[in-house]
Amino acid sequence: MKPPPFDYYAPDTLDEALALMAQHGYGAKALAGGQSLVPTMNFRLAAPSVLVDLNRIPDLSYIRLAPDGGLLIGAMTRHVQAEKNPKVADKHPLLHATMPNIGHPQIRNRGTLGGSIAHADPAAELPALMRAVQGRIKAQSARGSRWIPADDFFQGFFTTALAEDELITELHLPPLPAGSGWAIEEVARRHGDFALVGAFAILHLDGAGRCDHVRISLFGVGDGPMLATTAMGVLRGEKLDDEAIATAAEAAAQKDVDPPSDVHATASFRRHLVNVLVQRTLTQALARAAGQEVTA
Amino acid sequence: MSQRIPITVRVNGVTYQREVEPRLLLSDFIRHDLGLTGTHVGCEHGVCGACTILFDGQPVRSCLLFAVQADGHNILTIEGLAPDPDHLHPIQEAFHDAHALQCGFCTPGFVMTLKPFLEENPDPSDEEIREAISGNLCRCTGYDHIVDAVHLAADKMKEASS
Amino acid sequence: MSTRYIGKRMKRNEDPRLLTGRALFTDDVHLPGMLHVAFLRSDYAHGRIKGIDTSFAREIPGVVAIYTAEDLGDYWRPGPLLVPPPPVEGRVFHARTQVPLARDKVRHVGEPIVMVVAESRYIAEDAVEQIFVDIEPLPAVTDLEQALAPDAPLIHEDLDSNLAAHIIQQKGDYAEAVEKADVVIRRRFYYDHGVAAAMENRGIVAWWDGKAERLTMWDTTQAPVVIRNGIAAMLGLSESQVRVIAPFIGGAFGPKIMMFYPEEVLLPWAAMQLNRPLKWIEDRRENFMSTTHERDQIHWAEIALTKDGKILGVKDEFIHDSGAYDPYGLTVPINSQCTLLGSYDIPNYYSDMKVVFTNKMIVTPYRGAGRQHGVFVMERLLDLAARELGMDVTEIRRKNYIPPDKFPYNNEIIYQDFAPLVYDSGNYEPLLDKVLALIEYEKFIKEEQPKLRAEGRYVGIGVVSYVEGTGIGPYEGARVQVETTGKVNVATGVGTQGQGHFTSFVQVVAEHLGVDPKDIYLVTGDTDIFHWGTGTFASRGMVVAGNAINSAAERVKRKILQMASQELEAPVEDLVLEGGFVRDQRHPESFVALKDLAVKANPLRGAVKADAEPGLESTAYFGPERGATAFGTHAMIVEVDPETFDVKILRYVAGHDCGVMVNPLIVDGQVRGGVAQGIGNAFYEKIVYDDQGQLLTASFMDYLVPTSMEVPHIELVHTETPSPLNPLGVKGVGEAGAIPVAPLFVQAVENALAPLAELEITEAPISPNRLFELVQEARQKV
Repeated sequence: MKPPPFDYYAPDTLDEALALMAQHGYGAKALAGGQSLVPTMNFRLAAPSVLVDLNRIPDLSYIRLAPDGGLLIGAMTRHVQAEKNPKVADKHPLLHATMPNIGHPQIRNRGTLGGSIAHADPAAELPALMRAVQGRIKAQSARGSRWIPADDFFQGFFTTALAEDELITELHLPPLPAGSGWAIEEVARRHGDFALVGAFAILHLDGAGRCDHVRISLFGVGDGPMLATTAMGVLRGEKLDDEAIATAAEAAAQKDVDPPSDVHATASFRRHLVNVLVQRTLTQALARAAGQEVTA
Repeated sequence: MSQRIPITVRVNGVTYQREVEPRLLLSDFIRHDLGLTGTHVGCEHGVCGACTILFDGQPVRSCLLFAVQADGHNILTIEGLAPDPDHLHPIQEAFHDAHALQCGFCTPGFVMTLKPFLEENPDPSDEEIREAISGNLCRCTGYDHIVDAVHLAADKMKEASS
Repeated sequence: MSTRYIGKRMKRNEDPRLLTGRALFTDDVHLPGMLHVAFLRSDYAHGRIKGIDTSFAREIPGVVAIYTAEDLGDYWRPGPLLVPPPPVEGRVFHARTQVPLARDKVRHVGEPIVMVVAESRYIAEDAVEQIFVDIEPLPAVTDLEQALAPDAPLIHEDLDSNLAAHIIQQKGDYAEAVEKADVVIRRRFYYDHGVAAAMENRGIVAWWDGKAERLTMWDTTQAPVVIRNGIAAMLGLSESQVRVIAPFIGGAFGPKIMMFYPEEVLLPWAAMQLNRPLKWIEDRRENFMSTTHERDQIHWAEIALTKDGKILGVKDEFIHDSGAYDPYGLTVPINSQCTLLGSYDIPNYYSDMKVVFTNKMIVTPYRGAGRQHGVFVMERLLDLAARELGMDVTEIRRKNYIPPDKFPYNNEIIYQDFAPLVYDSGNYEPLLDKVLALIEYEKFIKEEQPKLRAEGRYVGIGVVSYVEGTGIGPYEGARVQVETTGKVNVATGVGTQGQGHFTSFVQVVAEHLGVDPKDIYLVTGDTDIFHWGTGTFASRGMVVAGNAINSAAERVKRKILQMASQELEAPVEDLVLEGGFVRDQRHPESFVALKDLAVKANPLRGAVKADAEPGLESTAYFGPERGATAFGTHAMIVEVDPETFDVKILRYVAGHDCGVMVNPLIVDGQVRGGVAQGIGNAFYEKIVYDDQGQLLTASFMDYLVPTSMEVPHIELVHTETPSPLNPLGVKGVGEAGAIPVAPLFVQAVENALAPLAELEITEAPISPNRLFELVQEARQKV
């Protein structure tokens, strides 16, 4: 299990990195934390001819407050930095709650947020989180930069909207609507494993107690992070109680997903888990929206 | 493709200058180029944790880094942990006292994971310990004795620093 | 008996080396000029090799040699049959053993086809990618029952079917038992594939020293002496020309036993061809494909009982999966056949076992070595019977335990060591009582469970018992020597893989010689130091090698006492050995140092008698007439999430009896580690082949070894029932912990989920997914 040969560049500036990506095109891969890319190379399931190592570019690791009250996070920010950052805990409790679910301590010390998003593992937490919060991904190339909404970014199995010469440089996580409730739940075989199924829920109630904002984002159930749009439709404009939540969860399981079978779980078990987790996350989110303390 | 890149790495306080092929894994570099064979390789896909080293003080899996990436960085391996050949680090002592190792293959990875953990968490709970070592597989001990050893090490480290 | 060292919780002598990174493992060996090996392995489970094109690979700079089966010439031959079938009347057995490199046909995914030698492992793997093998795929045989279908594809085409063996063993008359029975229960049981997953993969370094004409091999083997003898024979060398060293080994658990793996056969040969040292280190993917597996068995089992729960007889017909070859004979299925009888007084037993070839990796012992399959079937039958008869699960066990006055207890069938299955000693009820007391069984059933159930929680308890035949022959040997420095050398032939031999063996010697254990130096697993023995397997290290060491140490002690008696002019009875001295108890000022006696025992002048060994040294051997039977009872309390079907272990109590404990600290570690593997085998770990024989779980992402978050704190209870079969009174402990976990796990889970559905779990391992399906099925039935 030794990686195939490649040429290696470790640019000191983003401009150099972008020039290298432009120059090497399809055969080039950006090396961020390497926690997914390197195992894939060690198994010889990936053989990039050029690696552009982003780890020496100084300005890609930061967590800042965005003008809208959300967060701007540099692509090379390591998981551990987001996990332990007080700004994240304070301004984005959902991101804060998500981080410990990702891999193990050693993985989080090295893995980056931008790398996770670019890798787009359908069973990973961060891509689904980005969809849940309606985040945006800043893609940069020698040609310029653009913001891609998370809803457009993930395009299929390990496939994204990034062009060959583009790098992710920044993530924008808008703030959750004031007074909204949120939750993340996942079922994994072992602690730290990729999820069999995972779910994020965010909801907000209007003055009359009706749901005026809801996002349910699922992972592990398709070829990428997916929204439970039917379930969201069921809830929008409704008063939320156990029955409404059960109806939404059932809709998510039956209409919104067509999950895969693999050695860890059958499609039918995953469908069942979608139902369970959508119920659990909505129930928790509703409690939080009502100002209750929730221990997941 | 036969690019060779000069690197300078500080390992256990010693500076090494070598030329490496970009694809050389840091775990292989440490073990075979530097001869520091205490760092073990169990899976080469980042799950077992046997190859855990401290990279600028942080535990990382050395099988998921290329040696070229270590250029200019500071590494600590199991060989650099004990203060001198006649004394063990408190974590090593505690592993010995609590029978926290059997075959000993995974042990260096556990010990390296625990060093910064105990420095940051001088008085961890069982739950925190189990979470901290959840990225290291041990096939022999069933983990119980390792958890005991971590408590013991915490006590020893507190004693040493008081 | 009061002891100085035996029975003490001594910290281990080997630890400092392991804790500081100084211990030598096989991959740590580095020799000048060393080359590296990688293998091209079959991607197909079954197929005919039509052609191999290595021409592109040979062009890669740094590639030194490439070998196919054809290049091996006469050296190519199937491996030896390691364990012949037991002498049971009417047996059928077809030996078909693995080959160094596949020649005409491949029979499992991962079977080596081409060997590449290169300047680095990286280059060797590059070359493997550039070799093209033309394989005509054949239909694969993966299902055990299908393997015996008349139209099944033949894995070994010279045989009439895929049947590898057929053995029937019986005791009493089962038909009679059924006639008398009030209740007969029959079910199908299934136990799925698993692997040992030692943290260190296999590895070999082979070095031919042309000047000395000696071959040295570092090998992650559990049986260095057997490997040395076999390799010498294959290469046409004298045994003394071959040195096999089993250095520190990162866990073995069975599959590193004397397999003569293809790599073990090929490395030394190629090292001689090339006159360069060679290294091959198995990677994790190879380990999943090409290190032996264990577990597939299907049982159709039946139990006949009286209405008050007394067992009258058991009948079992089962199929065991041998994988593509059967070099290890019938050890695993015989263990299943024998261990099924468990802790119980069963007057009538009929067991029909068939072994089949399939297109999967070879099956050889892995911790438990088939015993857990038998225990699973028996314990499940008892649970089903208890349910049917309205009895408590502990009561039905208690009622059927072999009573203490019936030992030695003869089961009248043949065990894996070819000796009759006779349990040497046992006392099962006191251990059960201790386990039930610690886990507060009555209180849980009567108070806690009802209370928690009322809160909507799904908690359950389980209790199972088992025996383990340990410490079988044929023999081990040991040499003990007091040096003229006063330090003591001990040498034995078994390898060591984490069991603490450097400490427990030393404790035995220290006990006799009264020398500080720190001054006792043990060498194990180096054939130049000691070249008799079989290896570390079947929970036999302490029983067999430990007793050989005990015997050698006793002899050295006798020598010391005789010499000291002359020296001190005191009768032997008055002398004691302590602190490196022999002292006259009646005259404390009269003493002599062992080191001085050692000098005198190896004089430069004067005659050492012709029949005497010089020095304070002795070599002794121990061969038990049959195995010693350890036993245990485990209990656990679980909570099941009724929606996600995740299982959390709230308490685990392991009660165990391995006779006299030489080092209880090490015993604790062995039992706990065994339980952890058992938990993996019960709920997390499963090797999955698809119906084409493709291995779907060849990484630690897919094969789920439990972490510190899945394995709970394991509480321990010990009793000590000495074995009468060896002077130390010990029984083996290595495998015990792993054996009873699967039936325990499913019993507790069934109990926890009882308010949700009446489950009947007849398979292992289970998983949340499988529980979900079983609950659905059970609900549909209602």
